[in-house]
Amino acid sequence: MDRRKSLKVLGIGAVTTGVLIDACKTDTKPAPVAPAAAADGINRMPEEKEHEEELKNMKAFFTADEMATITILADIIIPKDDVSGSASDAKVPEFIGQIVKEMTEHQTPLRGGLRWLDMQCLNRYEKAFKDCTQQQQIEMVDMIAYPKKAKPEMAQGVAFFNLMRDLTATGFYSTEIGWKDVDYQGNTPNQWNGVPDDVLKQYGYAYTEKELKECVSFDKA
Amino acid sequence: MGNLQIKKSAKKYDAVIVGSGAGGGMAAYVLANAGLKVCVLEAGPMFDPAKDSNQLRPPWESPRRGASTKFRPFGDFDGCYWGWDIDGEPYTHVGDTKWEWWRARMLGGRTNHWGRISLRFGPKDFKRKSIDGLGDDWPIGYEDIKPYYDKIDKMLGVFGTNEGLENDPDGFFLPPPKPRLHELFIKKAATGIGIPVIPSRLSILTKKINEERGACFFCAQCGRSCKVYGDFSASSCLVIPAMKSGNIDLVTNAMAREVLTNKEGVATGVSYVNKDDLQEYQVEGRVVILAASACESARLLLNSKSPRFPNGLANNNGVVGKYLHDSTGADMGGIIPELFDRKRYNEDGVGGMHVYTPWWLDNKKLDFPRGYHIEYGGGFGQPVYGFQWGIENLNGTYKVKGKQKEAGGYGASLKEDYRYFFGSHVGMAGRGEAIAFESNYCEIDPNVVDKYGIPVLRFNVKPSEYEIKQAKHMKETFAEILHAMGAVITWGGDDGPENNYGLHAPGNIIHEAGSVRMGSDPKRSVLNSWNQAHDVKNVFCVDGGAFTSQADKNITWTILALSMRASEHIVDELKKNNL
Repeated sequence: MDRRKSLKVLGIGAVTTGVLIDACKTDTKPAPVAPAAAADGINRMPEEKEHEEELKNMKAFFTADEMATITILADIIIPKDDVSGSASDAKVPEFIGQIVKEMTEHQTPLRGGLRWLDMQCLNRYEKAFKDCTQQQQIEMVDMIAYPKKAKPEMAQGVAFFNLMRDLTATGFYSTEIGWKDVDYQGNTPNQWNGVPDDVLKQYGYAYTEKELKECVSFDKA
Repeated sequence: MGNLQIKKSAKKYDAVIVGSGAGGGMAAYVLANAGLKVCVLEAGPMFDPAKDSNQLRPPWESPRRGASTKFRPFGDFDGCYWGWDIDGEPYTHVGDTKWEWWRARMLGGRTNHWGRISLRFGPKDFKRKSIDGLGDDWPIGYEDIKPYYDKIDKMLGVFGTNEGLENDPDGFFLPPPKPRLHELFIKKAATGIGIPVIPSRLSILTKKINEERGACFFCAQCGRSCKVYGDFSASSCLVIPAMKSGNIDLVTNAMAREVLTNKEGVATGVSYVNKDDLQEYQVEGRVVILAASACESARLLLNSKSPRFPNGLANNNGVVGKYLHDSTGADMGGIIPELFDRKRYNEDGVGGMHVYTPWWLDNKKLDFPRGYHIEYGGGFGQPVYGFQWGIENLNGTYKVKGKQKEAGGYGASLKEDYRYFFGSHVGMAGRGEAIAFESNYCEIDPNVVDKYGIPVLRFNVKPSEYEIKQAKHMKETFAEILHAMGAVITWGGDDGPENNYGLHAPGNIIHEAGSVRMGSDPKRSVLNSWNQAHDVKNVFCVDGGAFTSQADKNITWTILALSMRASEHIVDELKKNNL
């Protein structure tokens, strides 16, 4: 039997005897929900789709100058190396610009931290962070990138940099580039046959006879 | 507003079922397949995992990289619509008491995303008062429910092993998956200090059991619901298959308002608001089966007031809403330095732990009643939002590739650290039995309604010393296991009496139960041993509300077994015209 035919989702009229003469005049009727899947392809309920639309249409939180500084910092935190590309290769700055629209708790710590950083640079180098030389930028970052050895007066900068590090890393490792970097091999249909033999051996483990007998196993290809 | 009036269904059903999760889904399945005409009211939209699951979608498809929202508190890809807060549907608390209330709104309810931990209650779990004097015995025993556990094991599929344990009964199990690497560490360490670790029991198909459902392909994403129906959800395995009978009319986006009764005090149907057109409807049935979740079912009964039932339906004794309880919960996690710089391979496995610890101690030697089981996690989790957050707490503490670094940092050296620590985390969670107290309850808030005008629930639940002592014991046990496996605690290790030893707020474990409880004494219970209201013979409640006590086991498998038992009884009684 065709399942779709059997999915009898009741509509108005199908089972009702009441007649609403001026039902069409009611102003309480919600707008029809677009049947199409969300643009990002993720299954979402109607309330979520509305929320996603709002986010998409929301104007950017960061200014162009702030975004430029975020980009420099993100690429200092995750630069291109022998294994993978940089934060901006993985579009991390765009991710940070996007995520603060929803996670508003990050807005003030980031905006204020960026300003704190600029004021430090202005006092030291007479320029905003993004306009400093690369050497000056690293000199500044070194003062806030190491929580345990940073000077007490740098504490606000340390807190800001910790947040930047976390957001940059989370934005980077949740991309395809990031997955390849840490060599995450899951998220694909497979047959779990247990820990590979060489790994068992490396750590001094072996499956017991009971486990081998009772657990599911698959022919190795 | 236009001309608002109540639309009555012309069709009279054999049964109207409120809710389509484990309890309601099973009731619909049994009744429809027995040839009865069933109307299922579901407060949320249609959901079919085959097409609606977000399984295998990578985090970069989500603008928040899989982070949670209020719509999906367990992450952007999770298989549950709504959670702790629903727009326009508040709930309140008495004083500073806490109850965290999870509400799913979709076909299949929370079974689309649940942990699939499918544990039978044991013989002792039905007779706890006889053992320790606390709470009440159930009006039934293990022998009454065993045939139904047997049937659902075979019908729905669950993996595990027969261990011959007295209070963790054997069943009909599919083969479990082999332990992952961190689970071998856990097993060796825990068994070495006298804590048993056995294959977990999850309703996931490690082998195909029929033509309608595929076998598990080990993506670890049961929480998103399964496109091949490789795990149990009430949507994929009960309601959708049962609709093939042609005997089910499913009404989605139908928020139940009241159970309707006649002058004789018999239920005649259910009234609901249709969330799409905001019109009011009534649907009639010979029996009304509540399965809206423990608290929603209590709310419905309490809101079903009439001259004959001024306290609400099935509530002549004032018991509805009382004895509300949740599983206890406390957690701890750490890292296993031996697993730094691990060789990579796909260890996703099934969507949950491959091994667990059933309760193993004798309460006579402890300072708290009832037990808990331990769930385990760890390994190469999928990198999503939050990946290795706070690495500055880790990378200055341990040498990376033989080199001592300064905590924090940046650059190529930092990238090396993320690779180095990936896959070395481990976590454990105790889930135990709280005592069901009369003083812990939900009631109707006299002042607050939701956006449909339905009076809302107000909660008054407090943990007792028993639960707090249990959490303390959990924490001590977790620390011992982590120590024995050479792991270092990184979170959950500094709880104390000031925060009830990390005991989660009641409701947080999402095992709400007891608020419409069954019992042999009609003065102190709402339902009889057939999940049937003492006061109204054609009203049944087949969700967690019916539980007299919770056990140290997740409640879904018992909801299913009880619902099947009650539903077969309803079929018999309807056919005999006794209802």
